[in-house]
Amino acid sequence: MPAAPLIAYDHVGKSFARGAERVVAVDDVSLEVIEGEFLAIVGGSGSGKTTLLRLANRLIEADHGTIMVEGEDVRAVDAVALRRRIGYVFQSGALFPHISVAGNIGITPKLLGWQASEIAARVGELLELIRLDGTHRDRLPHELSGGQRQRVGVARALAARPRIVLMDEPFGALDPLTRDALGEDYRALHDKLRLTTVMITHDMAEALLLADRIAVMHGGKLLALGTPAELSGSSDSYVAELLRTPRRQAERLNALLPRGGAA
Amino acid sequence: MSFLTDARWGEALTHLNDYLGNHVRVSVTALALGLIVSLPLAIAARNRPLFRNALLGLASIVQTVPGLALLALFYPLLLALASVTISWFGFGFSAFGFLPAVLALALYSMLPVLRNTITGLNGVDPALLEAAQGVGMTPRQSLFTVELPLALPVIMAGIRTSAVWVIGTATLSTPIGQTSLGNYIFAGLQTQNWVFVLFGCLAAAVLALAVDQLLALIENGLRRQSRARTALGGIGVAALIVATLLPTLARSPSSYIVGAKTFAEQYVLSALIAERLRAAGFSASSREGLGSSVIFEALAANDIDVYVDYSGTLWLNQFHRTDTPPRDQLLRELKNILAKQDITLFGELGFENAYALVMPRKRADALGIHSIADLAAHAATMSIAGDYEFFSRPEWAALKSAYGLSFRAQRTMQPDFMYAAVASGEVDVIAGYTSDGLIAKYDLVVLDDPKHAIPPYDAIVLLAPKRAHDAALQAAIKPLLGRVDIADMREANLRASGNDAASSPDAVARWLWEKIEKR
Repeated sequence: MPAAPLIAYDHVGKSFARGAERVVAVDDVSLEVIEGEFLAIVGGSGSGKTTLLRLANRLIEADHGTIMVEGEDVRAVDAVALRRRIGYVFQSGALFPHISVAGNIGITPKLLGWQASEIAARVGELLELIRLDGTHRDRLPHELSGGQRQRVGVARALAARPRIVLMDEPFGALDPLTRDALGEDYRALHDKLRLTTVMITHDMAEALLLADRIAVMHGGKLLALGTPAELSGSSDSYVAELLRTPRRQAERLNALLPRGGAA
Repeated sequence: MSFLTDARWGEALTHLNDYLGNHVRVSVTALALGLIVSLPLAIAARNRPLFRNALLGLASIVQTVPGLALLALFYPLLLALASVTISWFGFGFSAFGFLPAVLALALYSMLPVLRNTITGLNGVDPALLEAAQGVGMTPRQSLFTVELPLALPVIMAGIRTSAVWVIGTATLSTPIGQTSLGNYIFAGLQTQNWVFVLFGCLAAAVLALAVDQLLALIENGLRRQSRARTALGGIGVAALIVATLLPTLARSPSSYIVGAKTFAEQYVLSALIAERLRAAGFSASSREGLGSSVIFEALAANDIDVYVDYSGTLWLNQFHRTDTPPRDQLLRELKNILAKQDITLFGELGFENAYALVMPRKRADALGIHSIADLAAHAATMSIAGDYEFFSRPEWAALKSAYGLSFRAQRTMQPDFMYAAVASGEVDVIAGYTSDGLIAKYDLVVLDDPKHAIPPYDAIVLLAPKRAHDAALQAAIKPLLGRVDIADMREANLRASGNDAASSPDAVARWLWEKIEKR
């Protein structure tokens, strides 16, 4: 049987004030992320997927329910310390524009008080890992391409050797080729470093291709959770609709691009 | 070319160390104080809309107060505060010069720094704030490593704006007793020494530009993370302060300080007294361009040692008396009142500088006007001009009620321009000063005051409380008492208003002393 869950949501709820009314973003969600697994959370905008992700490192605090990370209740842990041991990859990178590539990558180790030499060595390792050559080290983020920036974003998340990485639509703003390559590369890193990854995406195809299991969020509720094969057997109409698009695309592509052709 | 080779440029240059040094010190201190207060306030207020709006509103209101008024307001405020600390804690402080100037200028510097710091910080991309939090920064680390560096260009623009404002406005600290480049401007304006005015303006402009460029260098260095640039800019600012500090420290402090109000006669008389003190072997310096109420309080507080005031001014303005006793009685009573404040009325110089109604001699003769009583019949068709305070002074009220004066129009003018205005017919009558040299120059006539509506204005020498028993000082000034007559003073004032090198207060004071010495 697989190891104990590394992240566990237990009847978690969160609502926000929007004007006079309260909007329920996460509605009584229970979910376990097993150590070493790659979980994708799929849902439309307003489905509560981003809120659910941020509850895990306390960028947002839950109203009720319990969230356990690495066996500890997150409320019992200092929020800042918690964030330093969980990697987080932001949408379109969110690199600090006034800080060099090396400075961005090394930021969490620096906050943790690592030695300068230790940080420098770690930055070197990570640049190699994300396949960016050393000449980029002292550049500023605006001198990089979109794909390079997001690679640096991944390296920044991995710098302090976290066991858990949270990703918020990390590849959403990239062109399809870069996006595909980066997704594959990250999945390889996930396996190599034995990470536990939770990735948000609105793209079901991306989720199916990269993740071990997929959680489907809709209107703040967890509609379905399972492997691609398990999801395809779901009776839920929204899940079926989400799966229909990639399936139909795959069929049409198969018909249009017969095997033995240019690909 | 004669303008450029004018000897007064050289004379202006001799004061540069003193004036520029004081100007830099007061500006830099005020700016530093303003930053120390504004930056934390702006940081605290940035995410609190109510506090932020209140703060910016308050700073905007301060900004709408004219610089001169703001500076002038701080003087009585500190004076009151000083008397409170004396009675409560047993110590006082000087409310004169440096302190009120620094406080007022610091307040003045706040708006651009507050506004730009808040705007800059609020302009940081929220995604980056989330990222800072996400990588594990505390709010403090986020502020210092992400928010402030990203807001820096906007913040520095605010600091540069406020530096230029403060350096410009600091020229207005002269009337409250802080020596500054404004000394050139105030003295120049009063004695019609345009070389001084121009010199003061140029020096202030060059200083403002220099500081602005040094701050730009620091900003540039910080933004490009170039330590060399930042250090260079920092060294520049530090060097500026040190350079202005050294000559002042090297010079021994003056043992006597002679005060002067804001008009030419006062500049000449303070130069005359300082000259006498130096001749007696003391070191003495003038503190010029002081406001009328500031100078009296400064003397009472021992901030200056000696100055010349006028009996009527003290009688009416300082002590708010409404009766007008005969000359001798007024002087006697004044002496007693002053003694209660430990101020010594040392004696009269021998001339009066009273307000008087003045008009062109030819016009007065043609209309048969010899006294104010004669004037009253023509006043309804005439216009009158006075200095900034005349129409709100009790003399004006007294004149109006004594003679039933009612003019068609009244205008307020810079005293130096008033005489030319009446001579050219732009106004019909002016409220001039009896000792003014321009009366003779423009062939004007002083109208008699048969009802004695205007009290006597004898020039009197006042000594600070701590100089009450200073025999050496008193011996040095004694030769002046009763020996400055009105004709000499008019001539001296006329010379001082001239537009050449011989018109500097020092040169005129020497000329005046030669006249006095012969008596």
